[in-house]
Amino acid sequence: MSHTANIAAPAHIHKDYNGAKIGMWLFLFTEVLLFGGLFLIYAVYRTAHPHDFAEAAKELNVVLGALNTAVLLTSSLTMALAIACIHRAKKTLALTFLGITILCALAFMVVKYIEWGSKISHGLYPGSEYLLANYSKGQRIYFGLYYSMTGLHALHVIIGATILVVMFYVIYQRPNESHRWDVFGKEELNGCRVAILDKDGNEKWGSEIDESVKQVHLKMRYYSMPKRIKHEDYVSLENSGLYWHIVDVIWIFLFPLMYLIG
Amino acid sequence: MDHAEHHEEHPMISYGTYISVWLALLILTSLTVAIAGFDLGKYTTAVAMLVAVVKTTLVGLYFMHLRYEPKVFHYMILVTFLIMVVIVIFTFVDGNRFSYLSHEVPADVHH
Repeated sequence: MSHTANIAAPAHIHKDYNGAKIGMWLFLFTEVLLFGGLFLIYAVYRTAHPHDFAEAAKELNVVLGALNTAVLLTSSLTMALAIACIHRAKKTLALTFLGITILCALAFMVVKYIEWGSKISHGLYPGSEYLLANYSKGQRIYFGLYYSMTGLHALHVIIGATILVVMFYVIYQRPNESHRWDVFGKEELNGCRVAILDKDGNEKWGSEIDESVKQVHLKMRYYSMPKRIKHEDYVSLENSGLYWHIVDVIWIFLFPLMYLIG
Repeated sequence: MDHAEHHEEHPMISYGTYISVWLALLILTSLTVAIAGFDLGKYTTAVAMLVAVVKTTLVGLYFMHLRYEPKVFHYMILVTFLIMVVIVIFTFVDGNRFSYLSHEVPADVHH
């Protein structure tokens, strides 16, 4: 039996972070197969109507498509940087990069709105009389696929951005570091004193630890050691980032297949 | 306590690495746009897909940290990739029947 008063750091609850990440990846695979099915439909119909697809693709604005590609790639960079900052326990910088990522998602949706808006105002949308009267079957199929694939992708951008907003709030709310020492039931600690001293060494506040004290809790505004990070935040931010990157990867394939075949 | 946690963590990846990857991705995007201007015949799409696969690999390895993950992640991705390949191959084995898809159907416009 030890007689040393041993106030250790709070027991670390072990969580399986690799398991959390594997779970996220399994979900991402279902996303890949979801879009994979759509890409397969695209491949089949493009094989059947190669010239119609090339003709219809000329209606799209390559500059806006390329702009959105750059916006998404940049948002992927800032997402990766936000995780790197959390890794280095730099909360403010992490939140800045996360904020830029969310703004990029917003910019992407604004460009998408301009693109879809101009198409729809010209009567180019699935089932419109203008489309049915003036375009061949293959071209109509192209526009059907264009709207369903970029639409489903845009839905993923909205979901991803929502997750990032939640993560922003969660990390913003976190105290940078907190320590809890359980003292309840450790009789050797009875009579010990916890105190805060001012610069002259006078006690500003203090309290005896007696049987009624359960826990000593220290909450800090800054990380005392850069090495210490919030592991839970790290893993949830990493998983949100994985989702965001897969949205980017899908666009990496959508952009050349939709915009650059004309 | 700490060594157990750090065991599952990636090594610190420098900001510079991420910025280099981002620059490479932007250059590859310009490349995709540039080669779309040339007519490479049936290879145009193949080249665009090749560039897209290279970009995806960069995003996966660095932004998604796959380079630093245990092997099990790599095997899982390989299996998913193979499933996609099998689906595509089996679809296109039947490709000579796609011609029925090309029959022009007169548009049924209601006025």
